[in-house]
Amino acid sequence: MLEQYLGVAILMAISCAIAIGMVTATTLLGPKRSFPDKDEPFECGESQIVSPYQRFSVKFYLVAVLFILFDIEAVFLFPWAVLYQRLGWFGLIEMIVFLLILGVGLMYVWVRGGLDWE
Amino acid sequence: MELLIFYPLAAFTVLLALGVVFNNSPIGSAVSLIAMMLGLSGIFIVLHAHFLAVLQIIIYAGAIMVLFMFVIMLLNLKGDDKAWKIRERNLYLSIMTGVMVLLALYKMIDKVLDTTFGEGADVPDTFGTTVAVGTSLFTEYVLPFEIASILLLAAMVGAVVLAKTKVD
Amino acid sequence: MDLFSFTDEFLIDLGLTLLKIGFILAVTVGFFAPVLTWVERKQSAIMQDRIGANRADIMGFTALGLFHIIADALKMFAKEDFIPQGANRLLHTLSPIIALVPALLTFAVVPFGGKYELWGHQVNLVISDLDVGLLFVFAIASLATYGYVVAGWSSNNNWSLLGSMRTASQMISYEVTMGLTIIGVLMVYGTMQLDEIGAAQENFWRWGIFLQPVGFLMFLTASIAENKRIPFDNPEAESELVAGYFTEYSGLKFGMFFMAEFIEMVTIGAIVTILFFGGWHIPFIETQDIIDTFNFSWLGPSIANLITMGIQVGVFFAKVCFFIFIQMTIRWTLPRFRYDQIMKLGWKILLPLSLVNIVVTGIVIMLLK
Repeated sequence: MLEQYLGVAILMAISCAIAIGMVTATTLLGPKRSFPDKDEPFECGESQIVSPYQRFSVKFYLVAVLFILFDIEAVFLFPWAVLYQRLGWFGLIEMIVFLLILGVGLMYVWVRGGLDWE
Repeated sequence: MELLIFYPLAAFTVLLALGVVFNNSPIGSAVSLIAMMLGLSGIFIVLHAHFLAVLQIIIYAGAIMVLFMFVIMLLNLKGDDKAWKIRERNLYLSIMTGVMVLLALYKMIDKVLDTTFGEGADVPDTFGTTVAVGTSLFTEYVLPFEIASILLLAAMVGAVVLAKTKVD
Repeated sequence: MDLFSFTDEFLIDLGLTLLKIGFILAVTVGFFAPVLTWVERKQSAIMQDRIGANRADIMGFTALGLFHIIADALKMFAKEDFIPQGANRLLHTLSPIIALVPALLTFAVVPFGGKYELWGHQVNLVISDLDVGLLFVFAIASLATYGYVVAGWSSNNNWSLLGSMRTASQMISYEVTMGLTIIGVLMVYGTMQLDEIGAAQENFWRWGIFLQPVGFLMFLTASIAENKRIPFDNPEAESELVAGYFTEYSGLKFGMFFMAEFIEMVTIGAIVTILFFGGWHIPFIETQDIIDTFNFSWLGPSIANLITMGIQVGVFFAKVCFFIFIQMTIRWTLPRFRYDQIMKLGWKILLPLSLVNIVVTGIVIMLLK
């Protein structure tokens, strides 16, 4: 079984080599002509007034939490889908119960406006 | 043969774990942690836990670390921020925690050194595959599986209550 | 087992694996990524009635603007590598690598042909036929998010950071829907291995598009959104965010983000082909028929298998090209959605719809049994 991963390992090594090679090439080949004004981060021609490192809206955080929860749900569904035809009606009922409980959660999030992006 | 793969992977994982601790930019630490998860998933593969290995990447490296990154950005800890550096009054606390962790580790390592290991058990080819994991999850362990959905439901409600409550 | 005495079987497998990896890299990095930059410009020019890429020439020959690929490559290599002041130099350099490597690595489990019998050797045209197949694709693809987040964060630029936050939220939202939309396909074929799903579609009426039409539409939408192309390109909306997460990138580092995007287009094309459009199969013609047609007395079964392999790999990439064409046409037809519309589409339409699709598929399968 371990031999299966040989291809993955080789491909990973080669693609890392390609990516690192590209970054190295562009660092070495290009000219280096820098002066303070040019080195400033782009701000439509102005000097940067506000640092980008401000606090972010909490709605991004909510999206990330919901993402984790539904990702875990999806991960449960994957092996179930593969086995579905062997599990039969029992499999269907247990997954409908699972989805119903999570559906209640989704409804709650929906009603409370957790899915709105304003 | 398996040990030959295990040791470099373990070294890689430990090295990146150290990278998490010693990196002075929080996002850098998070990137180290993600790479460490990949090492862990490699160790799972050596242990023939194929399905778990890919879950390790999807859930931990792919999902939970996104939340970590968002939290880092939300709290806005910048690389050379003073808040990120160890402060004087936290120093003693840190040292105490470190000593306690070391003691616990010492106990564990001591126990491991006392154990003698036999040959690894031969596992069937289907061990740890999607079908094997799924079969036991959806027949033998149906109840824990259904209870997991209630746990997820609770987490959903909690997230919305935390994020959608008006503070003003 | 002795460590360094490999069996012949293992060495042949290793050689074949290396050949397959070489082929995949040649096709993606060597062919699709550069040629698609030209196709994108040429197709947009034709659709908008412009003359389009035609300036780069060698001794007066323009070759329909194909020399622009060479010109672009030379320029990217020779350009100054710019890292803004106050940026985290290490992470700024690392992020294009994090974005590009997963795009290439997903091809490890994507088959580009069936199984063929060559000189007593079973050749399976997939680099690794992992049991977790499709989950591996999702796992690796989810790592690419960090390339964009870290790029925006390490640039010390307002536009970059806003762009990367948008990218991350959009990508994770559509990752969920992308996963849920293909559950139906897995239920129908009962496996996650992409090569087995492809092999199960030899019969034209067993193609995924007939068994999971709603799943196909949802998956295509979600995967275009995941790849952040117009109409879902809010992370890099130039009228609002300059260039989003790669505002502060120049030269080949910028090119690597673009390469990742083009390679992901190929991945989407390949996965759509395998899941919904019969993979490497030609409608109404079975693999064995092609092999039998070429199996003359003097050619032998191995050569016949080899010819069949060539034809089916060609068919597979023709289908992939078609879906790349579809993606490009969508990109140059539709205007950009607003960000709240994108989030609404993902969470309020695709997510509930895919859950309904799963339940309906389950009931239909049970009733037909």
